[in-house]
Order: sequence, then C-alpha cells, then structure tokens
Amino acid sequence: MPAAADAELIPLPRRWKRPPLIKSARLRWSLGICAALYLAAAFGTIEVNWLRVWAGLDRGWAFVLGFMNPDFVSHWADIKEGILESLVMTVTSTAIGILISVPIGLGAARNIAPLPVYLFCRGIIALSRSFQEVIIAILFVAIFGFGPFAGVATLSFATIGFLAKLLAEDIEDSRADQLEAIRATGSSWPQLMNYAVQPQVMPRLIGLSMYRLDINFRESAVVGLVGAGGIGATLNTSFDRYEFGTTAAILITIIVIVILAEYASGMIRARLQ
Amino acid sequence: MLRLDGLVKTYPTGDKALKSVTLEVPRGQVIGLIGPSGAGKSTLIRCINRLIEPSSGSVTLEGVELTTLRPRALRAQRRRMGMIFQEYALVERLSVMENVLSGQLGYVGFWRSYFRKFPQAAIDEAFRLLDRVGLVDMVDKRADELSGGQRQRVGIARALIQNPAILLVDEPTASLDPKTSRQIMRLICELCEERGLAAIINIHDVALAQIFVRRIVGLRAGEIVFDGLPNSMTAATLTEIYGEEDWSATIREADGDDDTDIDDAPRRAAGAAPQHIPEIDRDRLAGLT
Repeated sequence: MPAAADAELIPLPRRWKRPPLIKSARLRWSLGICAALYLAAAFGTIEVNWLRVWAGLDRGWAFVLGFMNPDFVSHWADIKEGILESLVMTVTSTAIGILISVPIGLGAARNIAPLPVYLFCRGIIALSRSFQEVIIAILFVAIFGFGPFAGVATLSFATIGFLAKLLAEDIEDSRADQLEAIRATGSSWPQLMNYAVQPQVMPRLIGLSMYRLDINFRESAVVGLVGAGGIGATLNTSFDRYEFGTTAAILITIIVIVILAEYASGMIRARLQ
Repeated sequence: MLRLDGLVKTYPTGDKALKSVTLEVPRGQVIGLIGPSGAGKSTLIRCINRLIEPSSGSVTLEGVELTTLRPRALRAQRRRMGMIFQEYALVERLSVMENVLSGQLGYVGFWRSYFRKFPQAAIDEAFRLLDRVGLVDMVDKRADELSGGQRQRVGIARALIQNPAILLVDEPTASLDPKTSRQIMRLICELCEERGLAAIINIHDVALAQIFVRRIVGLRAGEIVFDGLPNSMTAATLTEIYGEEDWSATIREADGDDDTDIDDAPRRAAGAAPQHIPEIDRDRLAGLT
C-alpha cells in the first residue's frame, strides 16, 4: 500500500495549536510585561482625597434627594421653552444636515465620483468630523453670538460629517453589477443615481437620518451649555442655583424624549427592509 | 455590423486581458464566446460598450467608431447595445416594470425617468416584452421576489427595450440550473432571430453553446484561438482553448445530441420542458477553470 508506506516515512503531526497573534515570543512577552507595568504605575498615580469625598457626600445626597422629588412646577415655563427650542433646533439642523449631506455623500463615494470631487468631499467630511460638537459650538457662538442659531449651525455641521461619511460608505458597498447594468443602458449620471444607487441606499439613509435625529437632540442639550441655545442653558442655570429638583425634572424630560425618539426610529427602521 | 480591430486591454496592474483581438460580427449573427476563466471574455464585451475602457484598437458599431466617443455620444451608442448579466444585475429594490423601463433611460430625460413618466410607446413595448418572456403578471413585484430564471427574463426584457442592434451577454446561465439554462439560452437565441439581432454570448458551458449558437469563438489568454462552426470543434480544439483534459464526454455529447436538439428546439412550445437533458459533465468543465 503506497499510502501506508508514505505514512511510515513522514508521520503526520498529531499536535495542533492556534498560531499566536504575535509570532515572535520575545515581542509577545515584552508587550505583555509593558502593559502590566503601565497598569501598575497608573494605579499608583491615582490620588483620592477621602476628606473631600466625605465633604462632597452631602451635596451628592442633596442631588439624589432632588432627583427623588423632581420639581416640574417652579420653572415649568423655562423648561418648556428650553425643550421646545431644543426640539426646533434638532429638527431644523437634521433637515439642513441631510440636505447638505446627500450631495457630499454622493461626491465622497469613490465608485461614482471622479477623484477631485472625491477628495474635496472627503475633505469636508474630515473637517466636520475632526472637532467635537462643543468645540464647534464655542466657535459658532463666537461667530454668530449666543442663541439657537449657533446651535443649529453646529448641529448641521456635525450632521454632515456623520451622515455624508456613512452614506458614502454605503454607496461604496452597493452592488457594482447593478450600477454597471444601469450604466450600460446609456443612462446619464443623475439617472444612474436615481435608478441604481438610490434604491440600494435609501433604507440605510432613512435609518441613519432617524438615528442622527436622536443624536442631535441629545447634543442640543450639550451645546446649550456653551450658550448655543436649547435646554442646555436652562439645565446649566438650575445647576448653578442648586435647584436640583428642577435639574432632575429637566433630565427626566430629556430621558423620556430620547426614549420616545429611539422607539420611533426603531419602528421606522424595522419597517424599511 | 460590429467590428473589433486590434482591440487591446492592459489593466493598470499590467495584466494583458486582451492582446489584439480582431472580430467581425455580421448583422443577426449569434456568437458563442468560450474560454477559460480569466481568458478575457468579460473584458472583451465590456470593452465594446466601454464599461471598461480599451487600451488601444478600434470598435465600430454600424460604422460608428466607439472608442473615441465623448460621454454624451457614448451614452447614445450604448442604447444600441443591450447587455445581459451573469447574476442578472437587476436593481433588486425596484419593481419588475421599473427594471424593464430602466432600459429606456438612454432615450428619456432625467425628470421623466425620475417621475416614472415614460412615453406610452415604451410602456406598450415593456408590456409586450414581459408578455413575450412570460412575466406579464409580475409587473409590480419587486425584482428580489423572483426566481433566478425569472430574473434573467427581466434582464432580457430590459436589454431588448433599448431597441439594440446587438446583445452583449455575459454568462447568462452560470447561476441557473441546467433546465432553466437551456430555456434562457433558447429564449435569447429565439429573440435574436425574431428581431434580427446579433449577439455575443460569453458562456462557460461548451455543450450548451454548441447546441444553441451557429458560430463559436474561443478565447485563450486574451487571444482568439478558434473561430468556427460548433460542430467543427474537436477534442484538439478544446485542448487548444482550455488546455489538456479528457474531452471525449463533451465532444461525444455534442455530436450525438446536437442535431436532434437544434431541429427540436423551435417546434417545442415555449417554456415546455425538454424531453431529455443530456448529461452535461459540469464537474469536468468546472474543474478546468
């Protein structure tokens, strides 16, 4: 039997282990030791002032008590005004953001845009993504002054980086054969977008827009802290005045609205497939 | 009617997909283009309508040189070349009717196509074609609800509503079962005959090609190594195209069933099952590639 003869000459290995992620044993061990040393050193530098912790407990407890007794009444007019302003900012900035994101997203998809357009649109996206909302808000408050306009500008700008990038990536992932087929009919570029790209990316675009609506509402509370309008300003004032009951009322309102928005967007996205 | 002259395609990676291909396709002639994977079959038909830009050489369709056309003029010429794809390439979230009418995009302006307001003549033709391919009850179904064979019929209708002079067909049966493959090949060849269309059909299945087409062109490594009648192919020809292998089964099968099948095909009711399917040695053909 030739097979048996072969087996006698070169016995098959009987042990198998998954190859390690890092091949070199020296590198693997030294990386592990470095990580352990860093962790130990990091723990060593943590300073806890237990006296201050003790002193702060009172204030913390007052906050917890305030949360137990949310006070919707005393400043209801302010809360209502702030929430409404935040909602207006959210919807406006999301709508403006989507309108600007779609063309930029098309331009940032390598499979349908020529290289110069691609680089330009990717540049805008990178710029929009490079700063956190609060930093953009500080900048826009300095440019446009205090108030919701700066907030809307901030959130619209941030929406572009998010939506255009994810839309472009979805377009790049779309089926090339469908694009090819529509191109082969002699269609123009806008027709190609309408017949081959739009049907493929529309469900995701709607889902992302709903998701961004969520994010923009939450961010609208944050940018308010630096003076860009919305519920954030009211929240900040209540903190400064130690009116924790009102603070709790505002936070609870935000939580409820975010949960409702989450639920609604989940339902809409589920229906799209 | 279609003439390729010294067509060369070199990819940026340096791969020479086509090395000076010269081919003349007369009006109404259906050609089966065979060859191993990577021989350049897909590249060849995509260089004709310039979904892939050829590196050099010329392509003329009805006297118009295609390789130098500006984008607008190229789009106008693409209307004359219907294309059918291996994986059907339907836009899956659009309805059957929208997929068929997308073949008219080269003829209508953006806003008409955007609002789906196609000319009455186009809609009439779409219904006629869907009736011809047996899908008139499916107009408002979404393309991804159809079976493979049905999708390919929609693909055929989309290509034909362009009112093409030639069909460029890329592996139309590669994703289909043997019976559906035959029905689709028969449908394509019948429609070409009815409408006097020329066609270049890329096909892996040598036996299927021998049954349905009147001329076979063999491509190997970007060069034409065979051009002749289906029944003039021998084991030596296949070895020349694909390389060394035992071809006796493929050839004998073609010799034995070829004549009866060709005589038989038109008389059969459209869509009816063939009485017998010769065993096609798919493993062997697949093994080559």
